[in-house]
Amino acid sequence: MAKPKVATTSLAGCFGCHMSLLDIDERILQLVELVDFDKSPINDIKKFTGRVDVGLIEGGCANEENVRVLQDFRTHCDVLISVGDCATMGGIPALRNMIPLKECLDEAYLNGPTVYNPAGKVPNDPEIPLLLNKVYPAHEVVKIDYFLPGCPPSADTIWEALVALLTDKPVDLPYELIKYD
Amino acid sequence: MVEATKKLKRIVIEPVTRVEGHGKVTILLDQDNNVQQARLHIVEFRGFERFIQGRPYWEVPVVVQRLCGICPVSHHLAAAKAMDRIVGGENLTPTAEKLRRLMHYGQTLQSHALHFFHLVSPDLLFGFDADVAIRNVIGVAAKFPDLAVQGVMLRKFGQEIIKATAGKKIHGTGAIPGGMNKNLSIAERDALLKDMAQMMDWARGALKVAKDYTLDNFDEIKGFGSFDSSHLSIRRDDGAMDLYDGKLCAIDSTGKTIFEGVDNQKYNDIIAEEVRNWSYMKFPFIKSIGPEDGWYRVGPLARVNTAKFIDTPEAEAARKEFMAVTDNKPNNVTMAYHWARMIELLHSMEKIQMLLNDPDLQGEDLVVKGERRGEAVGIIEAPRGTLFHHYKVNEDDQVTMCNLIVSTTSNNEPMNRAVQGVAQEYLSGKPEITEGLLNHVEVAIRAYDPCLSCATHAMGKMPLTIELYDADGNLLDSKAKE
Repeated sequence: MAKPKVATTSLAGCFGCHMSLLDIDERILQLVELVDFDKSPINDIKKFTGRVDVGLIEGGCANEENVRVLQDFRTHCDVLISVGDCATMGGIPALRNMIPLKECLDEAYLNGPTVYNPAGKVPNDPEIPLLLNKVYPAHEVVKIDYFLPGCPPSADTIWEALVALLTDKPVDLPYELIKYD
Repeated sequence: MVEATKKLKRIVIEPVTRVEGHGKVTILLDQDNNVQQARLHIVEFRGFERFIQGRPYWEVPVVVQRLCGICPVSHHLAAAKAMDRIVGGENLTPTAEKLRRLMHYGQTLQSHALHFFHLVSPDLLFGFDADVAIRNVIGVAAKFPDLAVQGVMLRKFGQEIIKATAGKKIHGTGAIPGGMNKNLSIAERDALLKDMAQMMDWARGALKVAKDYTLDNFDEIKGFGSFDSSHLSIRRDDGAMDLYDGKLCAIDSTGKTIFEGVDNQKYNDIIAEEVRNWSYMKFPFIKSIGPEDGWYRVGPLARVNTAKFIDTPEAEAARKEFMAVTDNKPNNVTMAYHWARMIELLHSMEKIQMLLNDPDLQGEDLVVKGERRGEAVGIIEAPRGTLFHHYKVNEDDQVTMCNLIVSTTSNNEPMNRAVQGVAQEYLSGKPEITEGLLNHVEVAIRAYDPCLSCATHAMGKMPLTIELYDADGNLLDSKAKE
């Protein structure tokens, strides 16, 4: 039987959840015995090669590109997991939700003490994706099947959840692994 | 500046992979398929500088590190260094400063190990145009299991050091304004020391892999995405490399000093950042030279170039070997970043060994405070280069201004030049684009170990699609990494 496939992406996150996944350390060698990786920033598979069993989503949606990628994951993955606080509830990037987007852009590109911007324009080239008015958690954009809280969830949390899913056992996380911070 | 018109063919690489963060490359070709323009666009924006306003200053070192999960310690410590000054506690106790240094060297070790083994080694071991199915860390684990295990364990050791000093491997809480919130217990120290000899050996091995690769392939790689540039870093007063603290200095491509001994608090006298329409990431430059030619490189290559020496013996021996290749002039070879990075990895390991054996780490005197200030700058050498944090805080303890120049931002122009150079050399005049050709562009970007998550203070990802249009705008060929 073919190994189950796992895909991962980082949307509006910091890659900390991917780093926490890598913090399973030597268990990575066990993981690759258990699964094959499809689309992920840790390899060069840029488009889904087919149906995937489990998709891990880091980060919420801050721009149109995030939304497109998340929808693509929902289309291709049987199970989607929101990994970490940003995917689950927007996280730190969602702090901008309380402030008009224009003020955030002006601060970064017009008002900062080291800014040199004689044209007085914020970046708006068609090559860079449009920002959303707010940062949205993943489940407000597509259906999400499981949530792993934490900033980031510990390596043990991600490992236990993944192994349970992949070996068809109920996800039974010890209390101390389930926490926000 | 070339405008994207229908008369030009447009190639897009999206997303760029095996880097941290989200970016894409666009390449414009004329009717004869000659490259007219090649750009790396950073496609994320977060707005940190604005939404941190109003938050209490003591919260900043914990919040702002969430710009980046790969080197959170760098942001944690740069912010803490600024907040030290806000509370008048910048003269840390020896225990606090050494604990922070230990955390920072642990961070540099884990980040450099991650980049070299997990992200870049597939290109170096299998070739730039190797089969995409094996050109990743899992392919490395299958073909070179010993090397892969060493990479994983070196990174783990760095992460364990961070956990021991900051409480958590990612987004910890160790540094507070004016000091640290805990010392290193004897038990924590001994748990780390027991693996020290093995880790030192593996660090030496990693350096050898990077050095041998560079020297064995030097003729081939010396021109790869390379160009002369200035180099900038902080440096200790006596000229030693110092990743945690020092004054700003910069040299030109021949090694001539542009400035040195610049107080961190005056960084904005010498550095400004140009905004360009087509990227969320700004373009820093040295003000005295101007926006056109004032750009510079940061990171391991810049630091090894600016350092007059390294104050640990094995890394210093390695630095001398490195500098001898270019007759003790600055090395401007983009692919030499990898060798320089592994010199720093070994340097970090030597520093870790010294610090773990220092009884000051079990000291009890952890925090100092003095006269309150309203404005402060904190600068640190993050794994990817010089990191600037600048804050103003009001009498109610709220942040009123925040300015961040993250390491990768300073390498924006250099990465774009590297992309342009490789596109000219490998794509110009070619009717068909192969996946392997695309990866050459990414190899040049990866040399800089960019972290695009934090470069835009936005959302993090850097995934690559290339589309080839003819001069009339018809799609000829399209390739995505798959």
